[in-house]
Amino acid sequence: MATQEMEQLVRREYKEGFVTDIESDTVPPGLDESVIAFISNKKGEPEWMLEWRLKAYHQWLKMTPPSWAHLDYPSIDYQAISYYSAPKRPEDRPQSLDEVDPKLLETYEKLGIPLHERAALAGVAVDAVFDSVSVTTTFKEKLHEAGVIFCSISEAIRDYPELIKQYLGTVVPVADNYFAALNSAVFTDGSFVFVPKGVTCPMELSTYFRINAANTGQFERTLIICEEGAQVSYLEGCTAPMRDENQLHAAVVELVALDDAYIKYSTVQNWYPGDEDGKGGIYNFVTKRGDCRGDRSRISWTQVETGSAITWKYPSCVLRGKDSIGEFYSVAVTNGRQQADTGTKMIHIGEGTRSYIVSKGISAGRSNQSYRGLVKIGPRAKGARNFTQCDSLLIGDQCGAHTFPYQEIGNSTATIEHEATTSKIGEDQLFYCQSRGISEEDAVSMIVNGFCKDVFQELPMEFAVEAEALLNVTLEGAVG
Amino acid sequence: MRDVEQQSSEVTVFLDRLAERNASRGTEPTWIAARRQAGAARFEALGFPTRRDEAWKYTDVRAIARGNFALTDSAAFSPASAAALTLPIEAYRLTFVDGVFAPALSDLGNLPSGVAVLPLSQALAENHEAVGGPLGRLTGVEFSPFSALNTAFMEEGAVVRLAPGSIVEKPIVLQFLSRANDTPVMSHPRILIEAGGRSQATLIEHHVGESEAANFTNLVAELMLDRGAILTHYKLQEAPLGDLHVASIHVEQNRDSRYTSFNLNLGGGLVRNDLISELNGQGAEANFYGLFYGQGRQHIDNHTLANHNAPLTFSNENYKGILDDRARGVFNGKVVVKRDSQKIEGFQSNANLLLSDRAEIDAKPELEIYADDVKCSHGTTTGQLDEEAVFVLRTRGIDEQTARGLLTLAFAGEVMEQVSLDAIAERVELAVAGKLPERFNLAGLVEAAMALHDE
Repeated sequence: MATQEMEQLVRREYKEGFVTDIESDTVPPGLDESVIAFISNKKGEPEWMLEWRLKAYHQWLKMTPPSWAHLDYPSIDYQAISYYSAPKRPEDRPQSLDEVDPKLLETYEKLGIPLHERAALAGVAVDAVFDSVSVTTTFKEKLHEAGVIFCSISEAIRDYPELIKQYLGTVVPVADNYFAALNSAVFTDGSFVFVPKGVTCPMELSTYFRINAANTGQFERTLIICEEGAQVSYLEGCTAPMRDENQLHAAVVELVALDDAYIKYSTVQNWYPGDEDGKGGIYNFVTKRGDCRGDRSRISWTQVETGSAITWKYPSCVLRGKDSIGEFYSVAVTNGRQQADTGTKMIHIGEGTRSYIVSKGISAGRSNQSYRGLVKIGPRAKGARNFTQCDSLLIGDQCGAHTFPYQEIGNSTATIEHEATTSKIGEDQLFYCQSRGISEEDAVSMIVNGFCKDVFQELPMEFAVEAEALLNVTLEGAVG
Repeated sequence: MRDVEQQSSEVTVFLDRLAERNASRGTEPTWIAARRQAGAARFEALGFPTRRDEAWKYTDVRAIARGNFALTDSAAFSPASAAALTLPIEAYRLTFVDGVFAPALSDLGNLPSGVAVLPLSQALAENHEAVGGPLGRLTGVEFSPFSALNTAFMEEGAVVRLAPGSIVEKPIVLQFLSRANDTPVMSHPRILIEAGGRSQATLIEHHVGESEAANFTNLVAELMLDRGAILTHYKLQEAPLGDLHVASIHVEQNRDSRYTSFNLNLGGGLVRNDLISELNGQGAEANFYGLFYGQGRQHIDNHTLANHNAPLTFSNENYKGILDDRARGVFNGKVVVKRDSQKIEGFQSNANLLLSDRAEIDAKPELEIYADDVKCSHGTTTGQLDEEAVFVLRTRGIDEQTARGLLTLAFAGEVMEQVSLDAIAERVELAVAGKLPERFNLAGLVEAAMALHDE
């Protein structure tokens, strides 16, 4: 690969910057009790919810931001952030696709996103997107028939207070960590899913989500509950580059699986990674945790992370129930000056619990990426099993790839295996492909896709296809 | 607040002990006094590490911090029991009793020319400036509270200098004996090895003692390998179960040098080793082999770090652990590849066997890589014996418990195979066989081993 060409490609700029609009219904920057009361009031929440938020806020005040991650970013001024802004009014949005940046549309084209979804993704006013309202209604009816509750977290707090009281904060306690405490105090958006006993959710909740909730909030809160024997597949985010005005994102996701329940949670994240000096990119500090409360329950995390300037994210499973299963499949791609510190935690508490971790990291440009994982086997977890595979691929000599796996094993009947490799794309592999008439670019993309195959297989069908395309677009600048 | 007070009072006990010692000591070269001061200041600032410090996450050193250790000047040790503890191997030998040099138990006859092996106190008396240069170059007071403490207290230890091209045929044994004292004693030995270009030597660091002993050893070793030097370093840890042991071994490797470490941990109540190699020149190679066997309430913590600071450097690591009863093992292996250190290879492997439900292992194999043309991998497994292997042995007429015993021995054998000194290999293998739980049918095991051997 010609170095010059590579540098040139690496320096290619991201296709979509920020849109800065000043909204009228925004609280001034800063965080105190009155701001939290304002948010709670705005969302029409009951008194107990406000108390819950305030408790989290007081916890947060006592905490300090974590510094152990292998990340380098200036400290964040939490008083300079505005914690509430009303959703954009339709008249402020682009009225049709013609007003949208053609480069953004080009990316959609490359990703193969269906035409009718492009408008929604680009933030075109919903009214201007014909068809979507009726589609949504159909979805809602189908879900209602099955008995599945799927709504925004704010609606759930109003309409299903008992469920919220029973489950919110039980997987990720308010004082779990700095960002979770902050989120608990100020969250404004997010989803609530409740699948009752024995019900298999009739559709992947992704489809609905992609059309309706493209404007995700800064502090999202997601709660998914699967009762005995219930199943659901949920997809968060989307492959298209997300435009967002907020630099700091601190979401919390809680999953609860009772006996024999199965939750599959997939994430595709492609937020703005910043310019070539890494300026202006999104900071993504997420706490995701699943609780396999019931026997034989199963929680599966699949993530494709390509965006954000800083990623701090460890989707975890607490394997409490007997014979419960936790899975984590991850592809993380960093380019430019992106930094990612991501991985998982598998806490084995119950007997016969199993966990499976596959993590594939690709670093290019001047990016740095770390896998940080914990496998903990408690003394009662008889016969627990874990297999961990984490591989890193380095593209270019300015990037870094690191692994920090922790294993804490306190049971002699447990079997734990961990393997990790770090390598670059072999010259011989490239040469072999090229000798068969495959261009260098296609060869690299083929090898990279093969490297990630184990994870893509776990994604819902349509997203697997998009994720492959996304990977190629993300690495476009890096490998030529 | 109570914690803070408690910690500062723990630190004060050690600092008071240092002040007493300094008052009773004659005048010293200014550089030593200055370093002592720096060490004490650093230790005072850091205090003892707590579980909140990442490097000490799994090791609680309160047993050390709260111990009230005396210092001793006596190297008295019964010659009979010393003879029983000494490795039966022909070697150059320096013996220290609770850190104090014991000339009567040492033997430095017929050292080849160009080779100097001497106690630190003697090296300082002869030419303190020659010691002052290299000492502390690799392990400064910043490294850890314990290295700071060692610097503040250092008095005795070993200095080994190998002239370029010199080859020492017989191993050099540094024997540290721990004595059963009325009050526990602490020692802060300092080892300094300077291996000249193309020199070759085998170093055996042997920690052993009377079974009733309960002393604290805080060792710092600095090993400098010049171009093409080859050093094999055995650390045979057979200290009594009441002993507390903290050591940092820092190796600097120049071009084409080869350092091989065998870290064999059988004894000690609380053992913490930090083994660091700086691979500074092309072609340098570091091999870290380790075996630890924990019983009772033993706590064994091994931290290793291979710093690939130059291109074309190699590191290879294999650590194996067996833990029984309520023993706890910690393995933290790290490979760091600096930017532009291309074409390096770093391999790391760690396997652990838990024999009891109350034993625990905490493993953390890390890679930190800033170059792209590298081959690095690590693997770690924890589990039980291969059931199929057990079955195969049973089809050969060996009962199940014996089969398990044999396979456990074989598990340790993978590291012991690399040991080229028979005296050490046999001693460790026998010790491991002796430590195996009774349910493994030891008598039958030895019979079976002999039967297999005869076949």
